[in-house]
Amino acid sequence: MSLTLEQVKRIAHLARIEISDDEALTTQGHLNGIFQLIEQMQAVDTAGVEPMAHAQDVSQRLREDAVTEVDRRAAFQAVAPETEAGLYLVPKVIE
Amino acid sequence: MINKSLKELAQALAAKQISSVELSTLFLDRIVRLNPDINAFVTVDREKTLAMARAADARIAAGTAGPLTGIPVAQKDIFCAEGWTTTCGSKMLANFVSPYDATVIRKMHSEAGMVSLGKTNMDEFAMGSSNETSYFGQVKNPWDRTRVPGGSSGGSAAAVAARLAPAATGTDTGGSIRQPAALCNLTGLKPTYGVVSRYGMIAFASSLDQGGPMAASAEDCALLLNTMVGFDERDSTSLNRPVDDYARDLDKPLNGLRIGLPKEFFGEGCDAEVMAAVRAAIAEYEKLGASCVEVSLPNSHLSVPAYYVIAPAEASSNLSRFDGVRYGYRAPEYGNLDDMYMKTRAQGFGAEVKRRILIGAYVLSHGYYDAYYLQAQRIRRLIANDFVEAFKSCDVIMGPTSPSTAFKLGEKAADPVQMYLSDIYTIAVNLAGLPGMSIPCGFVGGLPVGLQLVGNYFAESQLLNVAHRYQQATDWHARRPGAID
Repeated sequence: MSLTLEQVKRIAHLARIEISDDEALTTQGHLNGIFQLIEQMQAVDTAGVEPMAHAQDVSQRLREDAVTEVDRRAAFQAVAPETEAGLYLVPKVIE
Repeated sequence: MINKSLKELAQALAAKQISSVELSTLFLDRIVRLNPDINAFVTVDREKTLAMARAADARIAAGTAGPLTGIPVAQKDIFCAEGWTTTCGSKMLANFVSPYDATVIRKMHSEAGMVSLGKTNMDEFAMGSSNETSYFGQVKNPWDRTRVPGGSSGGSAAAVAARLAPAATGTDTGGSIRQPAALCNLTGLKPTYGVVSRYGMIAFASSLDQGGPMAASAEDCALLLNTMVGFDERDSTSLNRPVDDYARDLDKPLNGLRIGLPKEFFGEGCDAEVMAAVRAAIAEYEKLGASCVEVSLPNSHLSVPAYYVIAPAEASSNLSRFDGVRYGYRAPEYGNLDDMYMKTRAQGFGAEVKRRILIGAYVLSHGYYDAYYLQAQRIRRLIANDFVEAFKSCDVIMGPTSPSTAFKLGEKAADPVQMYLSDIYTIAVNLAGLPGMSIPCGFVGGLPVGLQLVGNYFAESQLLNVAHRYQQATDWHARRPGAID
């Protein structure tokens, strides 16, 4: 398998990373090298093998549906690029 | 004083031979003098460090000190520490001052009373094996400053090797504690997945990431690990089990220990002189009463391919949070919201991080998920099962940590695949979630060689015991790089 330039650009768009034509070309070369390595997996028969998502076979814990966190909005918004009146500012989304 | 073990430093502090302020100043002064060249630290804050040291001295005076109160430690810059810049080696977080503490930071500093010397350099978002992907520049290996210290915890490794810190923390997703420990002549331990809390540890691949200690000896690692572990309800995969004293079994004799030698780790692909040092270490273990048995990890050759599907898939999801809205970098100029995301991420992430995000986005995308992501998870199961089988006939598995000694700065930087293959012996351990260590076992051409020890689940105490007994019989771990000062 090898990725086309168009596919590289499409993935970059899916990942919301702007990519120039030059970068896409270099990236295509690197990704195809990496996928050559990854392709070794395809020769393995894994029929009937349960996928392993996690090292420990434990289920998610549940907790009481109660407020446990204190309000630290000011501290958390102090590190934001742009805020106003306790809100995060982004470019206009809805006209 | 700078070469003393953590136990010796604790004794000196308890006996009032030195105060924590004096001890911390010794290391801070070394950092000022030597860090401009080695670049192991990205953030140092003398006033903060000395304030922590004064608080530790007060605890010691009041008789409320713990075993490591007042001892300085370097923190990998992946751990959020309140009031400290926490960059994860990335431009994306270059100006991020964390508003909260990671659990590991809280335990080591607020609870144990250790003193932070600062934040150490690392590969960007822990993605790398040479520390060369850091936005803050390469780190030099104190054993040979034309070579890499390994990665991703390269700053931590170089800091301890150059004695800019007595010990440090690292994190290990595919070998990031063990490989730099090997390349810098340190002892490093990656615990069983779930033993050390991931809360506040900036996520790379959440099903693999695990924090752990890096230090000059197994004994130091045991003492550090004691301060790091414990159940944490803020980490959804933290394991709720009784807390061990990892120093308790250090001195147990090794008589009857069964060492498993995976034939796949002793074949082609490893430098011959590195292999000779590893075999000599195993012979030393036989003198200490251990016996060897051949085992097999037949799917281990698939660990690098499976890892480079699973880790990027998790990374692409984890790193979607860096969008220029709530924290971190935002592009200075942009059009609409989408354009802001695209430019922020294009400018804020380095090349390796972008590559892995793209791999992840691809293997998770419609039409490829089964062929790549699910197949990788099935292979992960096969790899984990191989270890289960192997541990039926042995107590601990040994082999090389890295196929070579420290390589030259720039040598593999342009070829991602060659770089990925430097973690060929460490990655399977993360996929299985097992504990692993690297300990110094010799030198090739003046460069350190690491021996990897892999234990069964929750066998940290045993691994530390196995490492400690070897370090009682040999002095590789006590060697220091010359011409540092």
